[in-house]
Amino acid sequence: MATRHQTTLARLMVAPSVLLLLGWMIVPLGMTLWFSFQSYNLLSPGMERFIGFLNYEYFLSDPAFWTSMRNTLMLVGGVLVITVGGGIALALLLDQPMRGQGMVRILVIAPFFIMPTVSALVWKNMFMNPVNGLFAWMAKAVGAQPIDFLAEAPLMSIILIVSWQWLPFATLILLTALQSLDSEQMEAAEMDGAGAFSKFTYLVLPHLSRAITVVILIETIFLLSVFAEILVTTNGGPGYQSTNLTFLVYSQALLQFDVGGASAGGIVAVILANIVAIFLMRMIGKTLE
Amino acid sequence: MSMMWRALMGACAVTAMGAPVLAETLTIATVNNGDMIRMQRMTSSFTEANPDIQLEWVTLEENVLRQRVTTDIATRGGQYDIVTVGNYEVPIWAAQDWLLPLEDMGEEYDAEDILPPIAAGLSRDGQLFAAPFYGESAMIMYRTDLMEAAGLEMPERPTWDFVFDAARKMTDRPNEIYGICLRGKAGWGENMAFLTSMAHSYGAAWFDAEWKPQFDGEAWNRALSDYVAVMNEAGPPGASSNGFNENLALFQTGKCGMWIDATVAASFVSNPDDSTVADKVGYALAPEGEKPAMWLWAWTLAIPSSTQSPDAAKKFVAWATSKAYAEEIAAADGWANVPPGTRTSLYENPEYQEAAPFAQTTLDSIMSADLANPTTVEVPYIGTQWVGIPEFQAIGTTVGQQFSAALAGQATVEQALQMAQQIAEREMTRAGYPK
Amino acid sequence: MARNVSETRRWTVTFIAWGIALVIFFPILWTILTSFKSEADAIASPPKFLFFDWTTRNYSEVQARSPYFRHFSNSVVISIGSTLLGLLIAIPAAWSMAFQPAKRTKDLLMWMLSTKMMPAAGVLIPIYLLFRSWGLLDTRLGITVVLMLINLPIITWMLYTYFREIPGEILEAARMDGASLKNEILYVLTPMAVPGIASTLLLNVILAWNEAFWTLNLTTSQAAPLTTFIASYSSPEGLFYAKLSAASTMAIAPILILGWFSQKQLVRGLTFGAVK
Repeated sequence: MATRHQTTLARLMVAPSVLLLLGWMIVPLGMTLWFSFQSYNLLSPGMERFIGFLNYEYFLSDPAFWTSMRNTLMLVGGVLVITVGGGIALALLLDQPMRGQGMVRILVIAPFFIMPTVSALVWKNMFMNPVNGLFAWMAKAVGAQPIDFLAEAPLMSIILIVSWQWLPFATLILLTALQSLDSEQMEAAEMDGAGAFSKFTYLVLPHLSRAITVVILIETIFLLSVFAEILVTTNGGPGYQSTNLTFLVYSQALLQFDVGGASAGGIVAVILANIVAIFLMRMIGKTLE
Repeated sequence: MSMMWRALMGACAVTAMGAPVLAETLTIATVNNGDMIRMQRMTSSFTEANPDIQLEWVTLEENVLRQRVTTDIATRGGQYDIVTVGNYEVPIWAAQDWLLPLEDMGEEYDAEDILPPIAAGLSRDGQLFAAPFYGESAMIMYRTDLMEAAGLEMPERPTWDFVFDAARKMTDRPNEIYGICLRGKAGWGENMAFLTSMAHSYGAAWFDAEWKPQFDGEAWNRALSDYVAVMNEAGPPGASSNGFNENLALFQTGKCGMWIDATVAASFVSNPDDSTVADKVGYALAPEGEKPAMWLWAWTLAIPSSTQSPDAAKKFVAWATSKAYAEEIAAADGWANVPPGTRTSLYENPEYQEAAPFAQTTLDSIMSADLANPTTVEVPYIGTQWVGIPEFQAIGTTVGQQFSAALAGQATVEQALQMAQQIAEREMTRAGYPK
Repeated sequence: MARNVSETRRWTVTFIAWGIALVIFFPILWTILTSFKSEADAIASPPKFLFFDWTTRNYSEVQARSPYFRHFSNSVVISIGSTLLGLLIAIPAAWSMAFQPAKRTKDLLMWMLSTKMMPAAGVLIPIYLLFRSWGLLDTRLGITVVLMLINLPIITWMLYTYFREIPGEILEAARMDGASLKNEILYVLTPMAVPGIASTLLLNVILAWNEAFWTLNLTTSQAAPLTTFIASYSSPEGLFYAKLSAASTMAIAPILILGWFSQKQLVRGLTFGAVK
């Protein structure tokens, strides 16, 4: 057992960092909360005043709000399905013996290092552009009408771009988890005559469940605040079809310069994020303990 | 631990050092347009004449630039000594005392030479608050060969009906020739610039005298319906993501029959180095409905009142918008590349007239723009392809999203207009209009 | 016979895996190839894959427009500085959370993570005002501190997961032997946690390198990293795919190379205790 003295010392040593952490969480949050009750537009200075919950009323009744909620969920859900599903498939494939596995891994992991801005620019201009993009050329080559991805399926296109960035992450974590699977167990299962499918459902999948949970948790945190990809490709449009919550708050803050409204939006987003966090917490609690 | 400490302290020290502060470093925020990039290349002549002034360039894409500059100016952050702003912002910002008046620009400067419609839009109480770097109006650029093949002749100023008819006749989809290219990308400075100008010419207005939005009116419906119809029949695929740059690329690669857009585009489409159709471009004035479509835009250089170096900044602004600068560009890159649309003297210069076949059309377009009377009815605002209130950026962009959706076929014209009306009413109420 | 089957299978797997890997990598490859083309070749239809006139002109033109090496060194200082600073603060915090957990430690961690989901744009103006009054706008110090704070929840959480994997008995044994707290952290905990710390460091350098909201909004020129450099190309004027590609390649190359060289370490720790 640690002595009482040591415990106190430990607490003291740790206190500054914990306090700093909490401070960072609380100060901007507090400021945002304060501004969210103010009428404060950057473009009309000197008109700031307390307006109660009006900012929240406007934000929640904004026709874009529910659309953006739906889009946020679809974006997160879509990317999660693609990356987790694709990640499992890829991990199973890469786990097989093959030539040049190291090189394959290097190629697969690469998108994870790319700046979101850059990947959005590249996809938008060089692939999805309906006139000069590679996809348009491929469509024309087989005699089809090129699809204007960002106008006809804006959210799908963004899901595709974001999935491309996160697939390597999921693949690598799942692959590492897969490699730690006991080969003796697998062999024993084979001896018992288990087919590939039942091996997968009864052996591999349960073994991966922890890794899958971690992938979902980490990705959710980043996917809820996807922003650069939308800004660069569709600007949230057409209409509100690719506006997520983060982008909606951005447009309030930096297109309308409505600091009060954006703050209210920020607070709403944090509350929603916490609901998601509680949900995740439950899930993690079950799988990780 | 000590290793780590050392590494950390090292990192902190490097971090804290920052950059040396020089007495006269001018930070210039500008947009990534061709003319501005050329200005950046030309600055050696300025720094040679002013060795005590150093220039830092911050070149950004238009929307990012606007967002950065507005944040900084409104919070008086003092990050920029010179900012590139549009003539839409200038009167609004000048009214907030965010910009320094441009007095004493030097004897050579000749402020009288600036084209009157442009100067008027940048002044308050007769005092200039920003110096125009280039000015533009809108015109029709068209392919003379395709027009001929369609058996038509472009009048000096066509009607909208003529333009739509010609667009349909010029279209040849199998060969990737689209009769008309127009802006469709959502944004107050993108599709809404064109649509505002077009709707004004149809007799529509953004607001009536009580600041009530007018999207439920019949004129807007006609304008938007015509736009969507012609773009569907004769426009390029993916038009709802096309802005100025995308259309420029389409036109230069020979895929557009007509393109109605900013007059500055003329010098790009007529440049044989970039454009495959340089020798087949004709120019006409913007179409006419109940009133000619008007358009007046200027990218200007202004000095935020939070600058530390107002005198040096003024020197630079005077240099970059002077007659001498135009001559320097002419000497280096030819007259066709001189920033157009700001000075009378440029349009009186025979060398320029010869090098720029679009000069007269540009000048006529600019001179015919009337910021105060853009449409057939009385309006409480100024602006031809924008509306001069701070809220316009936000409302314009959101409405632009709706119209872009209508173009993409994801909403009907009626739905888009209804949404637009709803959004505009909401935002105007929120902003406290009528003021 | 069995050998033959497995050999065939091995080649099939190799073939499929390489195919998929190349598809995933293709956008990056295409960007790099395009950066060496002339603007006309860049949009040529049908596309030119390898047989075009290779040129480095785009790189020199991009360099002429903005000083690459300043942006590059800013990116290096900011991403590494913020990560090291973050580790310095997070290691003791994570240590205490892992070994002296209070009742609500996990809730606290979750809540910290959830603040990461707050849209940055919502807090920009308050932070901008603070930065202006403290003179931190466009300083490397300012942006380093902000990025450190942004990534702090992730750093703390990652370290917490690693530390929790360390059996408490070892620590207690060390204490029994009379190790001081300093020694306990230094000689017992740190060596066991090195893989975790290394991968936390790598992941956060990558995240900080690619962060594009705060870096763009809180820096102007002196402290501006590569994300600002790329921002001036974010709407290609005319059809400048080749220049866009050159700028993109310059912005991603350093972190891509770092990532490739350190991928083993990154992956080893990246499993967040998910592998038992």
